[in-house]
Amino acid sequence: MIEANAVYVIVAREFKKFIRERTRLVSAIARPLVWLFLIGGGMSRIVPIAGGVSYMQFIFPGILGMTILFSSIFSSISIIWDKEFGFMKEILVAPISRFSIVVGKATSGMVLSTIQAAIILAFFPLLGLKIGFAEVAGILLISAALSFAISSLGIVLASFYDSYESFSVIMNFIVMPMFFLSGAMYPVKLMPTILRFFTRINPLTYGIDAIKHLSLPPGAGPMGADFPFLLDVAVIIAATVIFVAIGGKAFERKG
Amino acid sequence: MQIISVENMVKRFGSITAVDGITFGVDENSIFGFLGPNGAGKTTTISILCTLLDPTSGKAFLNGHDCSAESAAVRKSIGIVFQDSSLDKDLTARENLMFHARLYNVATPERKQRVDEALVFAGLQDRADDLVKKFSGGMKRRLEVARGLIHKPKVLFLDEPTLGLDPQSRSSLWEFIIELPKKHDVTIFMTTHYMEEAEVCDHIAIIDKGKIIASGTPGSLKKLIGGDVIYLKTSDNRKAAETLQKLFGLSATEKDGEIFISTPRGDSCIPALIREIGDIVLSVRLQRPTLNDVFLKLTGKEIRAENGSVENDVKETVRSYRRRHDRG
Repeated sequence: MIEANAVYVIVAREFKKFIRERTRLVSAIARPLVWLFLIGGGMSRIVPIAGGVSYMQFIFPGILGMTILFSSIFSSISIIWDKEFGFMKEILVAPISRFSIVVGKATSGMVLSTIQAAIILAFFPLLGLKIGFAEVAGILLISAALSFAISSLGIVLASFYDSYESFSVIMNFIVMPMFFLSGAMYPVKLMPTILRFFTRINPLTYGIDAIKHLSLPPGAGPMGADFPFLLDVAVIIAATVIFVAIGGKAFERKG
Repeated sequence: MQIISVENMVKRFGSITAVDGITFGVDENSIFGFLGPNGAGKTTTISILCTLLDPTSGKAFLNGHDCSAESAAVRKSIGIVFQDSSLDKDLTARENLMFHARLYNVATPERKQRVDEALVFAGLQDRADDLVKKFSGGMKRRLEVARGLIHKPKVLFLDEPTLGLDPQSRSSLWEFIIELPKKHDVTIFMTTHYMEEAEVCDHIAIIDKGKIIASGTPGSLKKLIGGDVIYLKTSDNRKAAETLQKLFGLSATEKDGEIFISTPRGDSCIPALIREIGDIVLSVRLQRPTLNDVFLKLTGKEIRAENGSVENDVKETVRSYRRRHDRG
Protein backbone atom coordinates (compact mmCIF):
# COMPACT_ATOMS: atom_id res chain seq x y z
CA MET A 1 0.00 0.00 0.00
CA ILE A 2 1.34 3.42 -0.95
CA GLU A 3 0.26 6.42 1.11
CA ALA A 4 0.18 9.56 -1.00
CA ASN A 5 0.77 11.82 2.02
CA ALA A 6 4.02 10.01 2.86
CA VAL A 7 5.33 10.18 -0.71
CA TYR A 8 4.37 13.85 -0.86
CA VAL A 9 6.22 14.69 2.39
CA ILE A 10 9.40 12.85 1.37
CA VAL A 11 9.50 14.39 -2.11
CA ALA A 12 8.49 17.91 -1.00
CA ARG A 13 11.13 17.91 1.71
CA GLU A 14 13.98 16.95 -0.63
CA PHE A 15 12.78 19.30 -3.33
CA LYS A 16 12.69 22.25 -0.90
CA LYS A 17 16.18 21.47 0.31
CA PHE A 18 17.44 21.01 -3.23
CA ILE A 19 16.20 24.43 -4.26
CA ARG A 20 17.65 26.04 -1.15
CA GLU A 21 21.11 24.54 -1.46
CA ARG A 22 22.41 26.33 -4.52
CA THR A 23 25.99 25.18 -4.00
CA ARG A 24 24.95 21.54 -4.12
CA LEU A 25 23.20 22.12 -7.43
CA VAL A 26 26.16 24.00 -8.87
CA SER A 27 28.63 21.26 -7.95
CA ALA A 28 26.27 18.54 -9.17
CA ILE A 29 26.07 20.28 -12.53
CA ALA A 30 29.77 21.17 -12.67
CA ARG A 31 31.06 17.59 -12.50
CA PRO A 32 29.40 16.29 -15.67
CA LEU A 33 30.28 19.50 -17.53
CA VAL A 34 33.93 19.11 -16.60
CA TRP A 35 33.89 15.53 -17.92
CA LEU A 36 32.04 16.52 -21.05
CA PHE A 37 34.15 19.49 -22.07
CA LEU A 38 37.57 18.73 -20.60
CA ILE A 39 37.79 14.98 -21.09
CA GLY A 40 35.39 14.78 -24.03
CA GLY A 41 36.84 17.86 -25.67
CA GLY A 42 40.41 16.69 -25.13
CA MET A 43 39.80 13.15 -26.36
CA SER A 44 37.99 14.47 -29.44
CA ARG A 45 41.36 15.70 -30.69
CA ILE A 46 42.90 12.21 -30.70
CA VAL A 47 39.85 9.98 -31.34
CA PRO A 48 38.83 10.18 -35.00
CA ILE A 49 35.24 10.98 -35.91
CA ALA A 50 33.40 7.74 -36.73
CA GLY A 51 30.02 7.52 -38.45
CA GLY A 52 29.82 11.31 -38.29
CA VAL A 53 30.03 11.33 -34.45
CA SER A 54 32.88 13.01 -32.55
CA TYR A 55 34.08 11.59 -29.23
CA MET A 56 32.56 14.52 -27.33
CA GLN A 57 29.21 13.83 -28.96
CA PHE A 58 29.62 10.13 -28.28
CA ILE A 59 30.06 10.56 -24.53
CA PHE A 60 27.13 12.99 -24.19
CA PRO A 61 24.59 10.20 -23.44
CA GLY A 62 27.13 8.71 -21.01
CA ILE A 63 27.51 12.08 -19.26
CA LEU A 64 23.73 12.29 -18.87
CA GLY A 65 23.90 8.78 -17.42
CA MET A 66 26.66 9.90 -15.05
CA THR A 67 24.59 12.84 -13.85
CA ILE A 68 21.69 10.51 -13.14
CA LEU A 69 23.87 7.82 -11.54
CA PHE A 70 25.57 10.17 -9.09
CA SER A 71 22.58 12.22 -8.11
CA SER A 72 20.30 9.18 -7.71
CA ILE A 73 22.80 7.22 -5.64
CA PHE A 74 23.61 10.26 -3.45
CA SER A 75 19.95 10.95 -2.90
CA SER A 76 19.32 7.40 -1.68
CA ILE A 77 22.55 6.90 0.25
CA SER A 78 21.61 9.84 2.46
CA ILE A 79 19.24 7.34 4.09
CA ILE A 80 22.27 5.88 5.88
CA TRP A 81 22.92 9.17 7.69
CA ASP A 82 19.27 9.96 8.08
CA LYS A 83 18.55 6.59 9.68
CA GLU A 84 21.08 7.02 12.43
CA PHE A 85 20.93 10.72 13.08
CA GLY A 86 18.16 12.51 11.41
CA PHE A 87 14.83 12.94 9.81
CA MET A 88 14.55 9.31 8.67
CA LYS A 89 13.74 8.34 12.25
CA GLU A 90 10.81 10.74 12.21
CA ILE A 91 9.60 9.01 9.05
CA LEU A 92 10.25 5.48 10.33
CA VAL A 93 8.05 5.93 13.41
CA ALA A 94 5.21 7.63 11.52
CA PRO A 95 2.13 5.51 10.81
CA ILE A 96 3.06 4.90 7.16
CA SER A 97 4.14 1.74 5.38
CA ARG A 98 7.80 1.00 4.66
CA PHE A 99 6.91 0.57 1.03
CA SER A 100 5.65 4.18 0.88
CA ILE A 101 8.99 5.34 2.22
CA VAL A 102 10.86 3.42 -0.49
CA VAL A 103 8.57 4.77 -3.22
CA GLY A 104 8.82 8.31 -1.80
CA LYS A 105 12.59 8.17 -1.65
CA ALA A 106 12.87 6.74 -5.19
CA THR A 107 10.45 9.39 -6.46
CA SER A 108 12.45 12.22 -4.93
CA GLY A 109 15.64 10.75 -6.42
CA MET A 110 13.84 10.68 -9.75
CA VAL A 111 12.62 14.28 -9.57
CA LEU A 112 15.99 15.73 -8.56
CA SER A 113 18.03 13.63 -11.00
CA THR A 114 15.75 14.39 -13.92
CA ILE A 115 16.03 18.12 -13.24
CA GLN A 116 19.82 17.85 -13.27
CA ALA A 117 19.81 15.70 -16.41
CA ALA A 118 17.55 18.29 -18.11
CA ILE A 119 20.05 21.04 -17.29
CA ILE A 120 22.93 19.01 -18.82
CA LEU A 121 20.76 18.07 -21.78
CA ALA A 122 20.28 21.77 -22.55
CA PHE A 123 23.97 21.91 -23.57
CA PHE A 124 23.45 19.67 -26.62
CA PRO A 125 23.45 22.48 -29.22
CA LEU A 126 26.97 23.44 -28.08
CA LEU A 127 28.18 19.96 -29.10
CA GLY A 128 26.79 20.26 -32.60
CA LEU A 129 24.16 17.60 -31.93
CA LYS A 130 20.79 17.91 -33.61
CA ILE A 131 18.09 16.51 -31.33
CA GLY A 132 14.42 17.03 -32.17
CA PHE A 133 11.66 17.99 -29.76
CA ALA A 134 10.20 14.48 -29.58
CA GLU A 135 13.68 13.03 -28.89
CA VAL A 136 14.27 15.57 -26.09
CA ALA A 137 10.98 14.52 -24.51
CA GLY A 138 11.99 10.88 -24.97
CA ILE A 139 15.39 11.45 -23.33
CA LEU A 140 13.69 13.11 -20.35
CA LEU A 141 11.32 10.16 -19.99
CA ILE A 142 14.21 7.69 -20.16
CA SER A 143 16.11 9.82 -17.63
CA ALA A 144 13.15 9.75 -15.25
CA ALA A 145 12.76 5.96 -15.54
CA LEU A 146 16.50 5.38 -15.19
CA SER A 147 16.72 7.69 -12.13
CA PHE A 148 13.86 5.86 -10.48
CA ALA A 149 15.62 2.53 -11.06
CA ILE A 150 19.01 3.74 -9.80
CA SER A 151 17.51 5.53 -6.79
CA SER A 152 15.83 2.24 -5.90
CA LEU A 153 19.19 0.49 -6.26
CA GLY A 154 20.63 3.12 -3.89
CA ILE A 155 17.90 2.34 -1.36
CA VAL A 156 18.75 -1.35 -1.55
CA LEU A 157 22.43 -0.52 -0.92
CA ALA A 158 21.55 1.86 1.92
CA SER A 159 19.46 -0.79 3.62
CA PHE A 160 22.34 -3.26 3.63
CA TYR A 161 24.98 -0.83 4.83
CA ASP A 162 24.25 1.13 7.92
CA SER A 163 27.45 2.86 8.82
CA TYR A 164 28.94 6.02 7.39
CA GLU A 165 32.22 4.26 6.54
CA SER A 166 30.42 2.16 3.98
CA PHE A 167 29.98 5.22 1.79
CA SER A 168 33.44 5.00 0.23
CA VAL A 169 32.95 1.26 -0.30
CA ILE A 170 29.81 1.98 -2.28
CA MET A 171 31.53 4.75 -4.25
CA ASN A 172 34.64 2.74 -5.16
CA PHE A 173 33.19 -0.71 -5.69
CA ILE A 174 29.76 0.02 -7.05
CA VAL A 175 29.30 3.56 -8.38
CA MET A 176 32.60 4.05 -10.22
CA PRO A 177 32.63 0.56 -11.84
CA MET A 178 29.00 1.05 -12.83
CA PHE A 179 29.97 4.25 -14.59
CA PHE A 180 33.03 2.91 -16.40
CA LEU A 181 31.32 -0.36 -17.35
CA SER A 182 28.27 1.25 -18.90
CA GLY A 183 29.36 2.14 -22.39
CA ALA A 184 29.53 5.77 -21.27
CA MET A 185 33.18 6.29 -22.21
CA TYR A 186 33.81 3.49 -24.74
CA PRO A 187 31.49 1.63 -27.09
CA VAL A 188 30.37 -1.69 -25.57
CA LYS A 189 30.96 -3.56 -28.82
CA LEU A 190 34.68 -2.67 -28.74
CA MET A 191 35.24 -3.91 -25.16
CA PRO A 192 37.09 -7.14 -24.25
CA THR A 193 34.70 -10.03 -23.59
CA ILE A 194 35.09 -10.07 -19.80
CA LEU A 195 34.30 -6.35 -19.50
CA ARG A 196 31.45 -6.72 -21.95
CA PHE A 197 29.90 -9.26 -19.57
CA PHE A 198 29.87 -6.76 -16.70
CA THR A 199 28.56 -4.06 -18.99
CA ARG A 200 25.64 -6.24 -20.02
CA ILE A 201 24.49 -6.87 -16.44
CA ASN A 202 24.67 -3.15 -15.59
CA PRO A 203 21.27 -1.43 -15.80
CA LEU A 204 22.96 1.92 -16.44
CA THR A 205 24.26 0.55 -19.76
CA TYR A 206 20.73 0.21 -21.10
CA GLY A 207 19.68 3.68 -19.93
CA ILE A 208 22.67 5.23 -21.67
CA ASP A 209 22.07 3.07 -24.72
CA ALA A 210 18.47 4.27 -24.97
CA ILE A 211 19.71 7.89 -24.83
CA LYS A 212 22.24 7.07 -27.57
CA HIS A 213 19.34 5.93 -29.74
CA LEU A 214 17.60 9.25 -29.22
CA SER A 215 20.53 11.67 -29.38
CA LEU A 216 23.08 10.32 -31.86
CA PRO A 217 22.41 10.31 -35.61
CA PRO A 218 21.43 6.94 -37.12
CA GLY A 219 24.25 5.00 -38.75
CA ALA A 220 26.83 6.14 -36.20
CA GLY A 221 28.52 2.73 -36.47
CA PRO A 222 30.84 1.89 -33.53
CA MET A 223 29.91 5.19 -31.81
CA GLY A 224 26.18 4.44 -31.96
CA ALA A 225 23.83 2.41 -29.77
CA ASP A 226 24.70 -1.22 -28.99
CA PHE A 227 21.33 -2.79 -28.20
CA PRO A 228 17.78 -2.56 -29.59
CA PHE A 229 15.81 0.37 -28.12
CA LEU A 230 12.98 -1.85 -26.88
CA LEU A 231 15.43 -4.08 -25.03
CA ASP A 232 16.84 -0.95 -23.31
CA VAL A 233 13.38 0.13 -22.17
CA ALA A 234 12.46 -3.39 -21.03
CA VAL A 235 15.63 -3.72 -18.93
CA ILE A 236 15.10 -0.33 -17.26
CA ILE A 237 11.54 -1.24 -16.33
CA ALA A 238 12.54 -4.70 -15.09
CA ALA A 239 15.40 -3.24 -13.02
CA THR A 240 13.03 -0.71 -11.45
CA VAL A 241 10.53 -3.37 -10.44
CA ILE A 242 13.24 -5.64 -9.02
CA PHE A 243 15.04 -2.91 -7.05
CA VAL A 244 11.83 -1.42 -5.63
CA ALA A 245 10.70 -4.87 -4.52
CA ILE A 246 14.05 -5.67 -2.87
CA GLY A 247 14.23 -2.18 -1.34
CA GLY A 248 10.73 -2.54 0.09
CA LYS A 249 11.58 -5.93 1.61
CA ALA A 250 14.94 -4.79 2.92
CA PHE A 251 13.33 -1.79 4.60
CA GLU A 252 10.79 -3.92 6.39
CA ARG A 253 13.44 -5.81 8.29
CA LYS A 254 13.45 -5.04 11.98
CA GLY A 255 16.41 -5.75 14.24
CA MET B 1 -5.64 2.58 33.80
CA GLN B 2 -2.31 1.35 32.47
CA ILE B 3 -1.42 2.88 29.12
CA ILE B 4 1.73 0.79 28.71
CA SER B 5 2.25 -2.72 29.97
CA VAL B 6 5.31 -4.82 29.39
CA GLU B 7 5.44 -8.50 30.30
CA ASN B 8 8.66 -10.44 30.62
CA MET B 9 10.20 -8.76 27.60
CA VAL B 10 13.57 -9.98 26.27
CA LYS B 11 15.65 -8.52 23.44
CA ARG B 12 18.86 -10.16 22.25
CA PHE B 13 21.24 -8.91 19.60
CA GLY B 14 23.28 -11.97 18.68
CA SER B 15 24.97 -13.05 21.89
CA ILE B 16 24.24 -9.78 23.71
CA THR B 17 21.13 -9.59 25.85
CA ALA B 18 20.14 -5.92 25.85
CA VAL B 19 16.84 -6.37 27.68
CA ASP B 20 16.60 -9.35 30.00
CA GLY B 21 13.02 -10.18 30.94
CA ILE B 22 11.55 -6.88 32.16
CA THR B 23 7.98 -6.39 33.39
CA PHE B 24 6.43 -3.04 34.23
CA GLY B 25 3.36 -0.86 33.70
CA VAL B 26 2.80 2.86 33.21
CA ASP B 27 -0.31 4.71 34.46
CA GLU B 28 -2.21 6.94 32.09
CA ASN B 29 -1.33 10.66 32.21
CA SER B 30 1.59 10.14 34.56
CA ILE B 31 5.27 10.91 34.12
CA PHE B 32 7.22 7.67 34.07
CA GLY B 33 10.98 7.71 34.37
CA PHE B 34 13.13 4.93 32.99
CA LEU B 35 16.54 5.30 34.57
CA GLY B 36 19.84 3.60 34.09
CA PRO B 37 23.41 4.05 32.88
CA ASN B 38 24.31 4.11 29.18
CA GLY B 39 23.96 0.68 27.66
CA ALA B 40 21.49 -0.52 30.31
CA GLY B 41 18.76 -1.21 27.77
CA LYS B 42 16.72 2.02 27.91
CA THR B 43 16.86 2.93 24.25
CA THR B 44 16.26 -0.68 23.21
CA THR B 45 13.11 -0.75 25.37
CA ILE B 46 11.89 2.52 23.83
CA SER B 47 12.61 1.20 20.34
CA ILE B 48 10.45 -1.86 21.02
CA LEU B 49 7.62 0.24 22.45
CA CYS B 50 7.86 2.52 19.39
CA THR B 51 7.64 -0.51 17.05
CA LEU B 52 11.13 0.05 15.63
CA LEU B 53 12.32 -3.28 17.00
CA ASP B 54 10.54 -6.55 17.74
CA PRO B 55 11.23 -8.19 21.10
CA THR B 56 12.95 -11.60 21.05
CA SER B 57 10.30 -12.83 23.48
CA GLY B 58 7.67 -11.39 25.80
CA LYS B 59 4.95 -8.85 25.13
CA ALA B 60 4.56 -5.09 25.10
CA PHE B 61 1.20 -3.30 24.88
CA LEU B 62 0.60 0.38 24.36
CA ASN B 63 -2.88 1.90 24.51
CA GLY B 64 -4.22 -1.67 24.26
CA HIS B 65 -2.30 -2.51 21.09
CA ASP B 66 0.46 -5.08 20.70
CA CYS B 67 3.66 -3.20 19.87
CA SER B 68 4.98 -5.82 17.49
CA ALA B 69 1.77 -7.11 15.83
CA GLU B 70 -0.20 -3.84 15.59
CA SER B 71 2.54 -1.39 14.83
CA ALA B 72 0.35 0.98 12.78
CA ALA B 73 -2.12 1.44 15.64
CA VAL B 74 0.71 1.92 18.14
CA ARG B 75 2.46 4.48 15.93
CA LYS B 76 -0.69 6.59 15.76
CA SER B 77 -0.81 6.67 19.55
CA ILE B 78 2.73 7.83 20.20
CA GLY B 79 4.99 10.83 19.79
CA ILE B 80 8.74 10.54 20.17
CA VAL B 81 11.62 12.84 20.92
CA PHE B 82 14.79 10.90 20.15
CA GLN B 83 18.16 11.27 21.79
CA ASP B 84 19.51 12.66 18.52
CA SER B 85 17.43 15.37 16.94
CA SER B 86 15.22 14.09 14.14
CA LEU B 87 14.35 17.59 12.98
CA ASP B 88 15.45 18.54 9.51
CA LYS B 89 17.72 21.46 10.24
CA ASP B 90 17.65 22.71 6.67
CA LEU B 91 13.92 23.31 6.92
CA THR B 92 12.12 25.99 8.93
CA ALA B 93 10.34 25.27 12.20
CA ARG B 94 6.97 25.62 10.47
CA GLU B 95 7.96 23.27 7.63
CA ASN B 96 9.09 20.62 10.08
CA LEU B 97 5.75 20.82 11.85
CA MET B 98 3.67 20.90 8.65
CA PHE B 99 5.42 17.80 7.30
CA HIS B 100 4.82 16.02 10.59
CA ALA B 101 1.12 16.90 10.54
CA ARG B 102 0.83 15.55 7.00
CA LEU B 103 2.68 12.33 7.84
CA TYR B 104 0.15 11.73 10.63
CA ASN B 105 -2.78 12.55 8.36
CA VAL B 106 -3.98 15.61 10.27
CA ALA B 107 -6.83 16.91 8.08
CA THR B 108 -6.04 19.97 5.96
CA PRO B 109 -8.36 22.51 7.67
CA GLU B 110 -6.96 21.61 11.08
CA ARG B 111 -3.33 21.32 10.06
CA LYS B 112 -2.44 24.98 9.97
CA GLN B 113 -4.17 25.68 13.25
CA ARG B 114 -2.43 22.83 15.08
CA VAL B 115 0.94 23.92 13.70
CA ASP B 116 0.33 27.49 14.88
CA GLU B 117 -0.66 26.22 18.33
CA ALA B 118 2.47 24.08 18.49
CA LEU B 119 4.66 27.06 17.58
CA VAL B 120 3.08 29.15 20.35
CA PHE B 121 3.41 26.26 22.79
CA ALA B 122 7.11 25.91 21.96
CA GLY B 123 7.49 29.68 22.31
CA LEU B 124 8.79 29.86 18.75
CA GLN B 125 6.03 31.84 17.02
CA ASP B 126 8.49 34.64 16.21
CA ARG B 127 11.02 32.20 14.74
CA ALA B 128 8.52 30.04 12.84
CA ASP B 129 10.03 30.73 9.42
CA ASP B 130 13.69 30.53 10.42
CA LEU B 131 15.78 27.50 9.50
CA VAL B 132 16.11 25.08 12.41
CA LYS B 133 19.91 25.07 12.11
CA LYS B 134 19.89 28.62 13.51
CA PHE B 135 18.16 27.48 16.71
CA SER B 136 19.78 26.85 20.08
CA GLY B 137 19.76 23.34 21.58
CA GLY B 138 16.91 24.22 23.93
CA MET B 139 14.77 25.71 21.17
CA LYS B 140 15.25 22.61 19.04
CA ARG B 141 14.18 20.33 21.88
CA ARG B 142 11.07 22.42 22.59
CA LEU B 143 10.23 22.31 18.89
CA GLU B 144 10.66 18.54 18.86
CA VAL B 145 8.42 18.09 21.89
CA ALA B 146 5.78 20.35 20.32
CA ARG B 147 6.07 18.42 17.06
CA GLY B 148 5.62 15.12 18.88
CA LEU B 149 2.30 16.41 20.27
CA ILE B 150 0.76 17.70 17.01
CA HIS B 151 -1.12 14.48 16.27
CA LYS B 152 -2.41 14.29 19.87
CA PRO B 153 -0.64 11.08 20.93
CA LYS B 154 -1.55 9.12 24.07
CA VAL B 155 2.11 8.62 25.02
CA LEU B 156 5.06 10.91 24.43
CA PHE B 157 8.49 9.28 24.60
CA LEU B 158 11.42 11.46 25.59
CA ASP B 159 14.76 9.69 25.22
CA GLU B 160 17.35 11.63 27.22
CA PRO B 161 15.58 14.92 26.47
CA THR B 162 18.16 17.11 28.17
CA LEU B 163 21.32 15.44 26.86
CA GLY B 164 23.75 18.02 25.55
CA LEU B 165 21.83 21.04 26.88
CA ASP B 166 23.34 23.66 29.17
CA PRO B 167 21.98 23.76 32.76
CA GLN B 168 19.72 26.75 32.13
CA SER B 169 18.06 25.19 29.08
CA ARG B 170 17.74 21.95 31.00
CA SER B 171 15.77 23.46 33.84
CA SER B 172 13.52 25.46 31.53
CA LEU B 173 12.87 22.34 29.45
CA TRP B 174 11.83 20.52 32.62
CA GLU B 175 9.36 23.24 33.55
CA PHE B 176 7.92 22.77 30.09
CA ILE B 177 7.79 18.96 30.33
CA ILE B 178 6.07 18.69 33.73
CA GLU B 179 3.13 20.71 32.38
CA LEU B 180 2.49 18.27 29.52
CA PRO B 181 0.28 15.58 31.10
CA LYS B 182 -2.27 18.14 32.33
CA LYS B 183 -2.19 20.44 29.31
CA HIS B 184 -2.19 17.79 26.61
CA ASP B 185 -3.78 14.76 28.25
CA VAL B 186 -0.69 12.70 27.51
CA THR B 187 1.49 10.18 29.35
CA ILE B 188 5.21 10.94 29.45
CA PHE B 189 7.68 8.06 29.20
CA MET B 190 11.18 9.40 29.63
CA THR B 191 14.66 8.06 30.03
CA THR B 192 17.53 9.88 31.62
CA HIS B 193 20.78 9.18 33.32
CA TYR B 194 20.65 12.43 35.25
CA MET B 195 19.25 11.12 38.53
CA GLU B 196 18.32 14.55 39.86
CA GLU B 197 16.04 15.09 36.85
CA ALA B 198 14.03 12.00 37.66
CA GLU B 199 12.67 13.66 40.81
CA VAL B 200 9.76 15.09 38.77
CA CYS B 201 8.53 11.59 37.83
CA ASP B 202 5.43 10.06 39.36
CA HIS B 203 6.95 6.62 39.03
CA ILE B 204 10.44 5.37 38.31
CA ALA B 205 11.93 2.10 37.15
CA ILE B 206 15.69 1.65 37.41
CA ILE B 207 17.27 -0.62 34.82
CA ASP B 208 20.79 -1.99 34.85
CA LYS B 209 22.30 -4.59 32.52
CA GLY B 210 18.90 -5.23 30.97
CA LYS B 211 17.07 -5.93 34.25
CA ILE B 212 14.78 -3.74 36.32
CA ILE B 213 16.46 -3.63 39.71
CA ALA B 214 14.01 -1.32 41.49
CA SER B 215 10.81 0.59 40.84
CA GLY B 216 8.47 2.89 42.75
CA THR B 217 7.88 6.57 43.43
CA PRO B 218 10.99 8.71 43.92
CA GLY B 219 10.13 8.89 47.64
CA SER B 220 9.71 5.16 48.10
CA LEU B 221 12.97 4.46 46.29
CA LYS B 222 14.80 6.81 48.60
CA LYS B 223 13.35 5.02 51.60
CA LEU B 224 15.23 1.95 50.40
CA ILE B 225 18.38 3.52 51.69
CA GLY B 226 16.94 4.37 55.11
CA GLY B 227 15.84 7.99 54.96
CA ASP B 228 17.57 11.16 56.09
CA VAL B 229 20.74 11.56 58.07
CA ILE B 230 21.12 14.33 60.70
CA TYR B 231 24.65 15.42 61.60
CA LEU B 232 25.19 17.34 64.85
CA LYS B 233 28.13 19.25 66.25
CA THR B 234 27.72 19.78 69.97
CA SER B 235 29.76 20.94 72.92
CA ASP B 236 28.99 17.64 74.71
CA ASN B 237 28.53 14.73 72.35
CA ARG B 238 27.96 12.16 75.09
CA LYS B 239 25.10 14.09 76.68
CA ALA B 240 23.59 14.78 73.26
CA ALA B 241 23.70 11.08 72.34
CA GLU B 242 21.98 10.12 75.60
CA THR B 243 19.24 12.69 75.07
CA LEU B 244 18.62 11.48 71.50
CA GLN B 245 18.30 7.91 72.75
CA LYS B 246 15.84 9.00 75.44
CA LEU B 247 13.75 11.28 73.23
CA PHE B 248 13.59 9.50 69.86
CA GLY B 249 14.89 6.05 70.63
CA LEU B 250 17.65 6.64 68.10
CA SER B 251 21.19 5.52 68.71
CA ALA B 252 23.71 8.07 67.54
CA THR B 253 27.09 7.29 66.09
CA GLU B 254 30.14 9.45 66.59
CA LYS B 255 32.51 10.15 63.74
CA ASP B 256 35.12 12.88 63.22
CA GLY B 257 33.85 14.87 66.23
CA GLU B 258 30.28 14.84 64.89
CA ILE B 259 27.42 12.59 65.87
CA PHE B 260 24.84 11.44 63.35
CA ILE B 261 21.50 9.67 63.41
CA SER B 262 19.49 8.06 60.62
CA THR B 263 15.75 8.66 60.58
CA PRO B 264 13.03 8.45 57.94
CA ARG B 265 11.76 12.01 58.64
CA GLY B 266 14.80 14.05 59.50
CA ASP B 267 13.17 17.44 58.91
CA SER B 268 10.47 16.92 61.57
CA CYS B 269 13.00 15.76 64.18
CA ILE B 270 15.04 18.93 64.11
CA PRO B 271 12.62 21.29 65.96
CA ALA B 272 12.20 18.86 68.89
CA LEU B 273 15.90 18.22 68.94
CA ILE B 274 16.70 21.92 69.17
CA ARG B 275 14.10 22.41 71.92
CA GLU B 276 15.68 19.70 74.09
CA ILE B 277 19.42 20.10 73.56
CA GLY B 278 19.55 23.49 71.86
CA ASP B 279 21.92 24.82 74.50
CA ILE B 280 24.74 22.43 73.52
CA VAL B 281 24.18 22.19 69.74
CA LEU B 282 26.74 24.10 67.68
CA SER B 283 25.53 23.13 64.20
CA VAL B 284 22.94 20.88 62.55
CA ARG B 285 23.15 19.43 59.06
CA LEU B 286 20.42 17.42 57.33
CA GLN B 287 21.32 15.18 54.44
CA ARG B 288 18.58 13.80 52.23
CA PRO B 289 19.15 10.75 50.10
CA THR B 290 19.20 11.32 46.34
CA LEU B 291 18.23 8.91 43.59
CA ASN B 292 21.92 8.75 42.83
CA ASP B 293 22.48 7.25 46.31
CA VAL B 294 19.74 4.74 45.53
CA PHE B 295 21.44 3.72 42.32
CA LEU B 296 24.82 3.55 44.03
CA LYS B 297 23.43 1.34 46.75
CA LEU B 298 21.64 -1.00 44.32
CA THR B 299 24.43 -1.44 41.81
CA GLY B 300 27.54 -0.37 43.63
CA LYS B 301 28.45 2.05 40.87
CA GLU B 302 27.74 5.59 39.69
CA ILE B 303 25.00 5.82 37.12
CA ARG B 304 27.15 7.74 34.69
CA ALA B 305 29.68 4.95 34.32
CA GLU B 306 30.03 4.40 30.61
CA ASN B 307 30.33 1.09 28.89
CA GLY B 308 32.55 2.06 26.03
CA SER B 309 32.21 -0.26 23.07
CA VAL B 310 33.85 0.92 19.88
CA GLU B 311 30.50 1.40 18.20
CA ASN B 312 29.25 3.57 21.05
CA ASP B 313 32.43 5.61 20.88
CA VAL B 314 31.95 6.22 17.17
CA LYS B 315 28.33 7.17 17.66
CA GLU B 316 29.27 9.44 20.53
CA THR B 317 31.92 11.16 18.42
CA VAL B 318 29.51 11.77 15.58
CA ARG B 319 26.84 12.94 17.99
CA SER B 320 29.08 15.46 19.65
CA TYR B 321 30.34 16.63 16.27
CA ARG B 322 26.79 17.12 15.12
CA ARG B 323 25.82 18.93 18.26
CA ARG B 324 28.66 21.40 17.82
CA HIS B 325 28.05 21.64 14.13
CA ASP B 326 24.29 22.05 14.40
CA ARG B 327 24.60 24.87 16.84
CA GLY B 328 26.57 27.11 14.47
